[in-house]
Amino acid sequence: MRNDENTIICRCEDLTLARLRQLIAEGYTTLDEIKRISRAGMGPCQGRTCRALIEREIANLTGTPIKDQPPAKYRQPCQPVKLAAILGGEPHAKDS
Amino acid sequence: MQKTADAVIVGGGVNGVSIAYNLAKRGMRNVCVIERDYLASGSTGRCGAGVRAQWGTEMNLRMSMASVRMFENMNEELAYDDDIEFNQGGYLLLAYSDEGFEQFKKNVALQRAHGLEVDLLTAAEAKEIVPHLNIEGLVGATYCPTDGHCNPFKVTDAYAKAARRLGAKIYTNTTVTGIRKENGCVCGVETTRGYISAPVVVNAAGGYSQDVAAMVGLEIPTYSERHQILVTEPVEPLQKPMVMSFHHNIYCQQSPHGSFIMGLGDPTEKPGYNIEASWQFLQEMAEKITWLLPPLRHLRVVRQWAGLYNMTPDRTPILGPVDEVEGFYLAVGFSGHGFMLAPAVGVLLAQSILGQETPIPLEPMNLSRFARGELFHEPSVV
Ligand SMILES: Cc1cc2nc3c(=O)[nH]c(=O)nc-3n(C[C@H](O)[C@H](O)[C@H](O)COP(=O)(O)OP(=O)(O)OC[C@H]3O[C@@H](n4cnc5c(N)ncnc54)[C@H](O)[C@@H]3O)c2cc1C
Repeated sequence: MRNDENTIICRCEDLTLARLRQLIAEGYTTLDEIKRISRAGMGPCQGRTCRALIEREIANLTGTPIKDQPPAKYRQPCQPVKLAAILGGEPHAKDS
Repeated sequence: MQKTADAVIVGGGVNGVSIAYNLAKRGMRNVCVIERDYLASGSTGRCGAGVRAQWGTEMNLRMSMASVRMFENMNEELAYDDDIEFNQGGYLLLAYSDEGFEQFKKNVALQRAHGLEVDLLTAAEAKEIVPHLNIEGLVGATYCPTDGHCNPFKVTDAYAKAARRLGAKIYTNTTVTGIRKENGCVCGVETTRGYISAPVVVNAAGGYSQDVAAMVGLEIPTYSERHQILVTEPVEPLQKPMVMSFHHNIYCQQSPHGSFIMGLGDPTEKPGYNIEASWQFLQEMAEKITWLLPPLRHLRVVRQWAGLYNMTPDRTPILGPVDEVEGFYLAVGFSGHGFMLAPAVGVLLAQSILGQETPIPLEPMNLSRFARGELFHEPSVV
């Protein structure tokens, strides 16, 4: 197995570095496009780990520095929250 | 960028790429799609991904039934190197009034007459299909097992790749800024990357269709409206069908990936282009869904967003040529169900543009229906 095949970029959605490189090579060259085609950044952590890694890999492979890449939108809620907690029926604790 | 084309399609949503593929497949050499941002960046990439044939007007019914058949074979038809993730878990539609249930009976009669496998259910039967459904006040339901869910990014990607293989060109990050016409015929489009002359221009601009129509001096009765939606963390399979209540104006489906996707229509929403998500939606959604499907209260919301419905006065799309400008075609006003119709829309528009006979007549869906006063009355929209 190649090294990049067991390097996980998005832990929530199991995107490997190999797959990410393949997607960039196919022409998905922005964070938003990669998110939408691969689900990277759509899991419980909402991209907290993978965003920066993906942006760096795009920069490496396309030559577009991170500061010139279109930023992807941050969406609410900023932390996963139970529907019951939104209704106030249940405390919102991290480990609940 | 190229200087001429046989047809220019404005908008790289699912409908734009479906039309492009179908034109190229039918032999049109020089087709191009112009997309302001990236593919599926508009409504397509923001939609609930639901696919159903349970409609109340013959046109929506026939187009959606044809589309379901195309989704079933799409990976093969488009030789897709990935998977469009079409999952047919059914749609359970709920009626909370005798009136609503009477309408369902009419819908089912029409649907069966067209060969759709669909059942009229009592509240108890509905609960057998979705055991965690709260049936308080429920009068009855309908269920169609071949309805379901499909990945809109992948469908768009599949059409785009197939269209490109057939020679179509897709320009992203390119905006159409004007459309030129001469003697009542379109002659080309101005873009941020130059002018392309073309005898055919297709307006597939989703939430911006009215703006693109205005570029040829055409006023169309479409307008846009924000619709909000959320998704939860993925969990074990719990709910097979989409559950939809026109009374509560909500829908909720577990995607094949395990997450629950749910949205609602807000009758107080004003026409406009706002696509920001609001906390009010989160509150209202939580209230309604935990009443209807109580165990979902334990699920965590991971993300909420919004997109535009491009609405028409009769909540039915406007498709085909227009009398006012030759060479200008519309595929607009999908009123919240334009993802599921896209396979049929692509075929019908391509045939219409190429002067071929369409298996489903397009005239009733033309823009001129509004002048003629021949509107549809689609009863089944959230
Ligand atoms: C929250 C929500 C839930 C939905 N749920 C469902 C569902 O479950 N099932 C279903 O079938 N439908 C659903 N819909 C509706 C569906 O998303 C749309 O009907 C469908 O995606 C329309 O596709 P389209 O290709 O016509 O438009 P879009 O996907 O909006 O594509 C139009 C494209 O045109 C581009 N564009 C606009 N103006 C210009 C210009 N001047 N130059 C270049 N490009 C331009 C835009 O950037 C956009 O990408 C939902 C919509 C929303 C918002």
